[in-house]
Amino acid sequence: MTDRTLTDTSALGELTYRRKFVNSGMTVLVYIAFAVALIPLVWLSYTVLTRGVDRFMVNSNGDHVFNLEFLQQSMRGVFGGSPEGGILHAMWGTVIITGVAALISIPIGLLTSIYLVEYGKGRLKSAVTFFVDVMTGIPSIVAGLFAYALFAILFGPGTKTAVTGAVALSVLMIPVVVRASEEMLRLVPNELREASYALGVPKYLTVLKIVIRTAFAGITTGVTLAIARVIGETAPLLIAVGVADSLNFNAFSGRMMTLPVYIVSEWRKGEAVCNNPDVLCVPEITEYRAWAAALVLILIVMALNLVARLISKYFSPKTGR
Amino acid sequence: MAKRIDVNNLNVYYGGFLAVEDVSLAIEPNSVTALIGPSGCGKSTFLRTLNRMHEVIPGARVEGEVLMDGTNLYDSSVDPVAVRRHVGMVFQRPNPFPTMSIAENVIAGVKLNRGRMSKPDTEELVEASLRGANLWDEVKDRLGKPGSSLSGGQQQRLCIARAIAIKPDVLLMDEPCSALDPISTLAIEDLIQDLKESYTIVIVTHNMQQAARVSEKTGFFNIAGTGKPGKLIEMDDTTTIFSAPSEKATEDYISGRFG
Repeated sequence: MTDRTLTDTSALGELTYRRKFVNSGMTVLVYIAFAVALIPLVWLSYTVLTRGVDRFMVNSNGDHVFNLEFLQQSMRGVFGGSPEGGILHAMWGTVIITGVAALISIPIGLLTSIYLVEYGKGRLKSAVTFFVDVMTGIPSIVAGLFAYALFAILFGPGTKTAVTGAVALSVLMIPVVVRASEEMLRLVPNELREASYALGVPKYLTVLKIVIRTAFAGITTGVTLAIARVIGETAPLLIAVGVADSLNFNAFSGRMMTLPVYIVSEWRKGEAVCNNPDVLCVPEITEYRAWAAALVLILIVMALNLVARLISKYFSPKTGR
Repeated sequence: MAKRIDVNNLNVYYGGFLAVEDVSLAIEPNSVTALIGPSGCGKSTFLRTLNRMHEVIPGARVEGEVLMDGTNLYDSSVDPVAVRRHVGMVFQRPNPFPTMSIAENVIAGVKLNRGRMSKPDTEELVEASLRGANLWDEVKDRLGKPGSSLSGGQQQRLCIARAIAIKPDVLLMDEPCSALDPISTLAIEDLIQDLKESYTIVIVTHNMQQAARVSEKTGFFNIAGTGKPGKLIEMDDTTTIFSAPSEKATEDYISGRFG
């Protein structure tokens, strides 16, 4: 026994200069990394916001006042540099196509994850897991081509409808939903399942009323993020749904415009040619429209995330006293 | 109604591994039976075979018979889910459903199985079950609060209330006090004495004083070594087990001379 006392700090291990230095160095690094990660986000938001408001600041009479015509008009009968035309048809298209895609993907994805976590075993389970992994890696353009080809075989060549696009988006969305809800279902403690079985509750009711209910907040968040992930898809929709200038509410017939495709097609038009001085003409109007549509798309995605947070907050297991 | 249980030549397997070997015992109605023994000796596994909960684990199976008032629980015509409605269970760690309020937790078993219940029936069942679990006075003003807002001991009594709300004949307890402080433990032990009036109780415990305090009969399980099956060494009146056990192994275990 050596006679170390508490006043002898070396017995406890000295706080060396080196450790202090490394500690503050790392702290600084972490903050820098955080700031660097924020730069693109802030920059992007700022650019889209400042550029996106341009279209809202010019009305169909050419006056520079704030107006919401962009949200109220479609592109029907809008030509050249006319300061008209909006995204009404594209917003509806995005809502319908993403909605149908969600309607297809959520049941399939959720049931698959329930199978994987609660029922699956052996080869079939590993096969399903494998194919879900493969599906995660499918390039979105391939999903679009797949849906286009599928509908060409079933309903004749050149069939472009909202449902075709929804099928393409589902191919991308299903694996995301499966992965997200699988994780959430696995987080539900086994003790809760046992508690339910011990009360004489059959397995299907245990899964429905206990497991899913406990994981509900997480599943909803996952599903919302999956929707946010596909809502900005452009390439598959360009192939599978095509472009349109007017409103179309029929998901089963006719082409439909969506916000991402709208951005592309407006951008592609380039600067408008203004030759006739008698006609109201804004050369940059197509660019204005593209940026404004991008702004609206980002706002929709942000709103979706907000909804997901609210749902998650409302449904998460309560711990408060 | 409390029922008697007779176990005849029961073997429990996990896949090809024999976990518990050749257990035969009788449990009288309205009695408390304690099962003691070292960790891994199969007493929890055995307990779970009394309400077929071991079947939740893939590969687990049973040979032999468990008779409840003469009916074999392992008869091919018996629904394992129905067995668990007659034989309730309380686990080591309190596990109230986190998404449900205190009242919802109590009626969870009834509601999940039977669906809708009228409001007066619900309130009556909640109060009766919570009174049965000695918890009513502590929670009657906050029945709508989440079950997880209670203390550990209260949560465990909530789980007991939940188990007795489905009106079982037998109540199994798998180390119900091992996660609780001495005062909560005392509350549960008092409760066990009350519950005995209406139910047959089987309790697994590591706490030998607890076994001596609450039970009339005690069974001692032991294991010869790792990889060997657990066995019921002896079962007798609790006073006999703790004063003059007939087996050397039992005496060694209760007096702390083992290993």
